[in-house]
Amino acid sequence: MSKSVGKSVTRVDAYEKAAGRAKYMDDLCDRSALVAKICHSTIAHGYVKSIDVTAAEAVPGVVRVLTCFDVPQIPFPTAGHPWSTDPHHQDVADRLLLNRHIRYYGDEVAVVIAEDEVSAAQGIRALRVEYEELPFVLDVQKAMEDGAPQLHGKYPHNILAHTDIRRGDYEAARKEPGLIKVEGWYDTPTVQHCHIENHGCFAYEEAGRVVVVTSTQIPHIIRRVVGQALGIPWGKVRIVKPYIGGGFGNKQDALYEPLCAWCSTQVGGRLVKLECSREETFVSNRVRHAIRTHIISYVRPDGTLVARKFEAFSNQGAYASHGHGIVAKGMGAFPQLYPCDNLECDSWTVFTNRPSAGAMRGYGIPQAMFAGESHIDDICKAIGMTPLAFRRKNLMPVGYVDGFSKNELYTDTFNQCMEKGMAAIDYCRKFEEYQNQTGPVRKGIGLAVFWYNTAVWPISLESSSCRMVLNQDGSLQFQTGETEIGQGCDTAYSQMVADAVGVPLSDVHVVSTQDTDVTPFGTGAYASRQTYIGGFSIMQTAVALRERILNIAHEQTRMPVGNLDLVDGQIVHKSDGRVLKSLGDLATESLYSLEHSQHITAETTAQIKSNAYSFGCSFAEVEVDIPMCKVKLLNIINVHDCGTLINPALAEAQVHGGMSMAIGYGLSEELKFDEKTGKPLNNNLLDYKLSTFMDHPALQAAFVENPEPTSPYGTKALGEPPACSPAPAIRNAILQATGVAIDCCPITPHVLYRQFKEAGLIKD
Amino acid sequence: MYDMKALYQAQSVSDAVALRQTHPEAHIIAGGSDVLVQMREGKRAGVELISIYGLDELRGVSLEEDGTIRIGSLTSFSHITRDPIIQQYINVLGEAVDQVGGPQIRNIGTIGGNTCNGVTSADSASTLHAYDAIVELTGPDGVRRQPISEFYIRAGKVDIREGELQTAILIPKESYADTFGHYIKYAMRNAMDIATLGTSVNVRLSADKKTVERVRVAFGVAGPVPLRAKTAEALAAGKPVSMELTEAFSQAVKEDINPRDSWRAAKDFRLHIAVESARRAFIESVKLAGGEL
Repeated sequence: MSKSVGKSVTRVDAYEKAAGRAKYMDDLCDRSALVAKICHSTIAHGYVKSIDVTAAEAVPGVVRVLTCFDVPQIPFPTAGHPWSTDPHHQDVADRLLLNRHIRYYGDEVAVVIAEDEVSAAQGIRALRVEYEELPFVLDVQKAMEDGAPQLHGKYPHNILAHTDIRRGDYEAARKEPGLIKVEGWYDTPTVQHCHIENHGCFAYEEAGRVVVVTSTQIPHIIRRVVGQALGIPWGKVRIVKPYIGGGFGNKQDALYEPLCAWCSTQVGGRLVKLECSREETFVSNRVRHAIRTHIISYVRPDGTLVARKFEAFSNQGAYASHGHGIVAKGMGAFPQLYPCDNLECDSWTVFTNRPSAGAMRGYGIPQAMFAGESHIDDICKAIGMTPLAFRRKNLMPVGYVDGFSKNELYTDTFNQCMEKGMAAIDYCRKFEEYQNQTGPVRKGIGLAVFWYNTAVWPISLESSSCRMVLNQDGSLQFQTGETEIGQGCDTAYSQMVADAVGVPLSDVHVVSTQDTDVTPFGTGAYASRQTYIGGFSIMQTAVALRERILNIAHEQTRMPVGNLDLVDGQIVHKSDGRVLKSLGDLATESLYSLEHSQHITAETTAQIKSNAYSFGCSFAEVEVDIPMCKVKLLNIINVHDCGTLINPALAEAQVHGGMSMAIGYGLSEELKFDEKTGKPLNNNLLDYKLSTFMDHPALQAAFVENPEPTSPYGTKALGEPPACSPAPAIRNAILQATGVAIDCCPITPHVLYRQFKEAGLIKD
Repeated sequence: MYDMKALYQAQSVSDAVALRQTHPEAHIIAGGSDVLVQMREGKRAGVELISIYGLDELRGVSLEEDGTIRIGSLTSFSHITRDPIIQQYINVLGEAVDQVGGPQIRNIGTIGGNTCNGVTSADSASTLHAYDAIVELTGPDGVRRQPISEFYIRAGKVDIREGELQTAILIPKESYADTFGHYIKYAMRNAMDIATLGTSVNVRLSADKKTVERVRVAFGVAGPVPLRAKTAEALAAGKPVSMELTEAFSQAVKEDINPRDSWRAAKDFRLHIAVESARRAFIESVKLAGGEL
């Protein structure tokens, strides 16, 4: 049998995408669509007193102007989490379609629907909005102070949530004589996903229902949120998700689908398209939480961690979106990655007048790793231990089991990954060579590891459904609720299906589009879950389909089922491997049989009550030009243990993408705001310094393949992990090169200038 | 879709001048890499445009009889970089404009547009200032020539008068002969960026390569318009080539530049980078000229 899993087969969508034939939202939108454009607030906090729409309505081509005074007063949640039937576990419903209470610069106050883009833009410019301004707050800790501007009535001091972890007795333990105290504050920035396709959608009414075609990661969740926002039964909503140009978590949220659907209902169900510009995407979609982390470690001179304190302040921005889940995940990693008996951990998620933070690749872990792994190297510097020795001594040991998730570290992943990375980058030699340099240009090499876990169980539901339908020729279509968002899951799934059913890969056709009317239920692309979770429902459905096929083979051949097998698209006699008939012949006969016609399908749901650790590390080598305040990344490698690789080439591509994202996170990307007005300053791709490939060395990816015992395919998370550890590895490399510990990212020339001056490396 | 009132396509330079007179409110568009972006942002929404992009007579680099290098205003950045005349006499200009944006922008963007924008960060501008370039403008009364330093009036404003369009950039022979230059674009990333600071230096050494006969240094983003650091130039003129001179020269640039504090970069940081860039560009220029440092 030709096995497909484990091979770098060509992406199933490669040709369509390379040839420009793959259809995205805008390709599918009929040219008759009306165009909706949003009027965004030009204050950071306050109320809309009035909106004069007269001039806008007079613009030729403008069809309808809708304002915050027109929308249904139904607050709805936007986070792309599975719904919880327990009200205590439901996401915060704090959104309206358009807002009178403005909570960030760029909030939605009105929408103009017009015959074309130009008239819509003219209509927006013609609106006269009168505001009542209130003081605003951008800083997470200032927002918690007494007297700070309040964003939401129900959350005193703007605290959306606070959780803690306590272990042992921190206060008593830290009094042990001879301990070395290491303390740091680490800041990470507000960044945006910058997927290549901005979010957009179009909506229309058909047969009393509203249809939305949208660039989303989570079609079934969007259906629920549109239903909630419009106050209509969920079955009255149909969501279609075509190919999308990336999401990285931004599209794991209801963005403008509810507003677009409502707009259509306000113009008689006509087709309405709403597309975000890049400028809007930066500000009025979602961003990554900026998190400020305070860590204190009490360490023995031999590197034993005795007591540790962790405090994290997560900047939620204006609306709850994914809320506390992000910083909670980051805090959850802290006691596990470097186990310590005495811990005090607290985290707060706090509203501020910044854009709303939601899910973004890594979901709190890139922030936690920047703080945590920077702090580990600060400890090493303080106690004179090498970063490698400290990690070898303190990292999560083999056999570690987390009490809550029941995750277990089955293999010596960390050491295996570090060994592989060290060998590839020649770490030990370079580390020695780069110690104690002088001169204006210096080199350094840094290491950081990361903690990640796959999927969301037991915090939320994990389930996946799959349907398989056999064709006359023995080929088959399959569908899942899990979405292709550019990462390649359609290809990985096709490989899994081919092997599990027993057909050649060429006979497997993935239905890439999710349509909530016909696609089996699934919650979508997030939490690096899909390859892991989808594997269960694919395997289970393949078993069910095989059972049906073999029963029909029994009917057609009179051979006992126990002696039949399906191998490579052929029904074979198990005992001697003799081919009895092809699957195509079987299917044709079954469909057209005058005695017992059967359409051969299978459909199952797998609920998954496990979760898997997915660990690895990064090594970065830098050259720091001190007078120029510049860092040149010379080499970087990520090593991952994501279990058995389904498709090595796709896995490598996934790692490259995550590393690129993390290089920008470490060195250049940050959404900035005017302190005087709260206005975003650089919400475009020129001023927001997304790293380009001219800023990268060749990106290296390596893998350690310990099969994950809880997965039918031995696989686990790889979507988000690549973005988790490069930034602290770069930071630690700069520390080795210059002796300067930078406690914030991005580590831009502006930051380096101040720090180098302070350290006396630059004298003006 | 662009919010454009009308588009007039000029058939010749004289036609363009006539269109400028008939439609005084209209904006000139060449490659469009700035104009169209601004229209999309709503800044120039609803404007009339006069397109000069089809005027091939304004494309190309040539050497005039007196040795002046003539660069037609519609010459693209990528053309300039690859042009043999540029490479032979004023290679630093080709290197500077090769750092504009990305390849697509360098193919569509023109040196005329780059200078007519009047922005201090334009990658061509500091080098053109460092070479005392002359801007040629053609209008109803014929051709007018103006030193580039006078062409720039203030940020975003250049001296193009009613009915005029820029038709060429001229580099006099006296300015470029026997000089070697180096440009440093200091930006936050290695492509697709605008300069945080642009530094263009060129030197002319004595025959024995031991003495600086003349040095010129110009900056972008060190003030509202590109500017020269003449104190540093005067300080170095006629002095022996040495590291001491390099240091003194680079420190002296602070006398004439005036970068501002903005969210893009702080003033003290820009000053620091200006000194370091001047130092490095001077050293590189001296080496290109055959000097030793």
